[in-house]
Amino acid sequence: MSAAEQALVSGDAVPMSLRGPAPTRVVAGYGFWLFLLSDIIIFAALFAAYAVLSGETAGGPTAADLFDKRHVLIETACLLASSVTCGFGSLAVQSGDRNSTYFWMTITFILGVTFLSLEVSEFSHMLSIGAGPSRSAFLSAFFTLVGTHGLHVTLGLCWLIVMLLQVATLGFQPMVSRRFFCFGLFWHALDIVWIGVFTIVYLGAHL
Amino acid sequence: MSTEIEAQGVSPGVNVHTHGTRRSYLIGLGYAVVLTLAAFWASSTDVIYPPGVPILLGVLAIAQMGVHLVFFLHISSAPDQTNNILALAFGIFVVGLLVFGSMIIMAHLNHNMMPMDRLMQMQR
Amino acid sequence: MGRLTWAAIPFDQPVVMIASGTVGFVIFCVLALVTLKGWWPYLWREWITSVDHKRIGVMYIGLALLMLVRGFSDAMLMRSQLALAAGHAQGYLPPEHYDQIFSAHGTIMIFFVAMPFVIGLMNFVLPLQLGVRDVAFPVLNSVGFWLSAAGVLLVNVSLVVGEFARTGWLAYPPLSEVAYSPGVGVDYYLWSLQISGLGTLLSGINLTTTILKLRAPGMGYRQMPIFCWTALASNLLIVSAFPILTATFAMLLLDRYCGFHFFTNDLGGNPMMYINLIWSWGHPEVYILILPAFGVFSEVVATFSGKPLFGRRSMVMATMVICVLSFLVWLHHFFTMGAGADVNAFFGVMTMLIAVPTGVKIFNWLFTLYGGRIRFTVPIYWALGFMVTFVIGGMTGVLMAIPPADFVLHNSLFLIAHFHNVVIGGVVFGVMAGITYWFPKAFGFTLNERLGKAVFWCWFFGFYLAFMPLYVLGLMGATRRMQHYSNMHWQPLMLVALAGAILILLGIALTGVQLAVSIRQRKRNRDVTGDPWNGRTLEWSTPSPPPAWNFSHLPQVDRTDAFWAMKQQRGSAQGRNGKQTYETIHVPRNNPTGFFLAFCAVLLGFSLIWHIWWGAGLGLLGAIVV
Repeated sequence: MSAAEQALVSGDAVPMSLRGPAPTRVVAGYGFWLFLLSDIIIFAALFAAYAVLSGETAGGPTAADLFDKRHVLIETACLLASSVTCGFGSLAVQSGDRNSTYFWMTITFILGVTFLSLEVSEFSHMLSIGAGPSRSAFLSAFFTLVGTHGLHVTLGLCWLIVMLLQVATLGFQPMVSRRFFCFGLFWHALDIVWIGVFTIVYLGAHL
Repeated sequence: MSTEIEAQGVSPGVNVHTHGTRRSYLIGLGYAVVLTLAAFWASSTDVIYPPGVPILLGVLAIAQMGVHLVFFLHISSAPDQTNNILALAFGIFVVGLLVFGSMIIMAHLNHNMMPMDRLMQMQR
Repeated sequence: MGRLTWAAIPFDQPVVMIASGTVGFVIFCVLALVTLKGWWPYLWREWITSVDHKRIGVMYIGLALLMLVRGFSDAMLMRSQLALAAGHAQGYLPPEHYDQIFSAHGTIMIFFVAMPFVIGLMNFVLPLQLGVRDVAFPVLNSVGFWLSAAGVLLVNVSLVVGEFARTGWLAYPPLSEVAYSPGVGVDYYLWSLQISGLGTLLSGINLTTTILKLRAPGMGYRQMPIFCWTALASNLLIVSAFPILTATFAMLLLDRYCGFHFFTNDLGGNPMMYINLIWSWGHPEVYILILPAFGVFSEVVATFSGKPLFGRRSMVMATMVICVLSFLVWLHHFFTMGAGADVNAFFGVMTMLIAVPTGVKIFNWLFTLYGGRIRFTVPIYWALGFMVTFVIGGMTGVLMAIPPADFVLHNSLFLIAHFHNVVIGGVVFGVMAGITYWFPKAFGFTLNERLGKAVFWCWFFGFYLAFMPLYVLGLMGATRRMQHYSNMHWQPLMLVALAGAILILLGIALTGVQLAVSIRQRKRNRDVTGDPWNGRTLEWSTPSPPPAWNFSHLPQVDRTDAFWAMKQQRGSAQGRNGKQTYETIHVPRNNPTGFFLAFCAVLLGFSLIWHIWWGAGLGLLGAIVV
């Protein structure tokens, strides 16, 4: 611990809330954290709808009929791995190492795309057998909840491409590392939401 | 940067200690893998008392979310993280209320307002 | 062009055509005047592309005042219809039209009058009270405002092109589903609220971050003004409640556009889930509106009593308790839907509990006034009127919090009277007090006092005349949203209500007169010190109006009521530190992003409503590019 940190812990230094306006990085990070919380509340509403409507299959296919656990385990592995590689990429950004950044973020991208293609294949299979979102309330809720998560992943991947282009052209300017930092928050939050999804939707189905 | 004490605290995700954070991600990965595999196993095994399985799955999921928050997002109880913890706590409060409140309310409503044909189906 | 045809314009409805014609003509005249006088460059540079929180705050309030006129004309239509349509008489508004009017009235008043008023006040005041130069994300601030304006535009276009929703201001399914509302009305409602809801959410994130991360040096949470505390609670509620609205409307849109079955009658849908979700947003929403009003009253009462606010710590506690409790009461909006006695009992008790911290606040204000040297200015009039009126409204709310009583009174005119009582007595009175209080800071001269008091008395007596009969009518069995009634005994009370509405109309008209007269008298009423009211908080330490950067030196704060302390020590407010050196001040550049984004949003929304898919694609692409 540095002297400043020790002083803070022992109560000698000026408390943080009295130090005046925070630096831009802290402000941007906190604002993005609040945005993520609001996003998670959108997911909460969708989870609530799923929880309420999951039994309303209207005579159509049920969760147990449709979901394949092996498929979901692979998807989960992809997303979890991409979270870790994203973390390594964030470290590379913080230390200003360009090649490391490209390496780890590209792997994150590939894992994300793999996740998405697995999810798209599951959706298109369901649509082909008539288990689309307009078949029953359960399916509407499923497609909306999992689809919204997939949409967020897609937007995250587009954002990642833009960020990599910005590193290539602008280098590690403060604005670029701030945005990478926000991207990292976003990507980890998506994995947290996925934990909820695979537990409640996929594992919950087989009970 | 890692040892600067900044005004108004630090945002989540910042690595306060640059030393050994690779380890933090790998430890988090380890815990997450164990918890994920445990959840998949719990949902398909006969060994556990069946009514307890949903609760176990819930506990495993919450534990894994905690692992993500601590090891990937570096949330801690340090004084410079207080704002983040409070915002997170409020968010969890609202999420819990929304999901569980809706489930309880809708269960009551569905039971009390059941359409006649379903009521008769249940009685058969 | 999708399903848009010339038949969308209701050429056969004279009321609508005359109204739209008049509005169109006025807009044309204004635009022509601006063009002829060459004001476009000034407007573009100083207002439309401004990212200054003061300008954006003023624009929000201007938008709200404009929409107040629109929403109130709907109210006048309803009151006059009900005064006429007794027994055999049918009035002059057919049901299909009347349904759109009450839906538009509620939607506009809540989303496009009350919300912009409150957000505008918070926007203008917070950075000044916190002793900083701007909000956390100035460009995002502009984006939020212009998205709200986009929502306003879409709602108003629905008057001329197409129709509005006939479902009431919350659009319950199954009536709002495609099967029962196949027209464009509900789509107008949903898209304009989704767009402006996004703007509000961005604003909430912005202001919360500002309060928590951007304060003058030495201003900790204990030194922060009370208005900032109530604004914090309100914005936390915005950040956590508005996503629920977004998600619920998205589900309804998926039902309508893509044939999903969240809330339909068939294939497993559950309309009750919509009502559950929408009210878990809806209740925090009303606290979002009232908390900043409470903050205004705290500032006004302290300033004009010449005393610090009584019980400051309990005020802050009460505010945060209300913030948390507001999420625990939402079922009281649908006691009668059938959740059963035990669930109803829980929410009934919680609803009664939430009256307690509000009561704490009322007592604190009363104790602040007691023993103070009260100056009876216009803001204090609004504050005193609020205290009487809001308490009555709150008490009728506690009455309805008892489920058996609510079974009799739900959706009656008693309910209508209750929520107008608290919204007008609380939010409107608070906003009027706030506007009068901070007007000199924004524009450099005070408003005319006599006309201000006349406006107050018109609103005060007008409110009681208009809504007390509705309490009686509700107890007599009159329902809400009715276009016609057969019980002739109700008509006299309806006529009294109409008289009240006319009095309020006079109050609104006098507000316009007050503005015009004050502008004419501005040299006489100029605020030269920056502190016309002998205020206590930091915004009064700046010139009126403040420069774009607010403070040349960020003030060093060490206690509550920082400016009052500075005045007591007889130092000048700025330059107290004796520093003569000035550091470079960073002022953000103007940015047209907000305006262009809103333009694309309107294109996107309008195209989606009318199923003009190429237009929607264009709007979406434009938004992404911008």
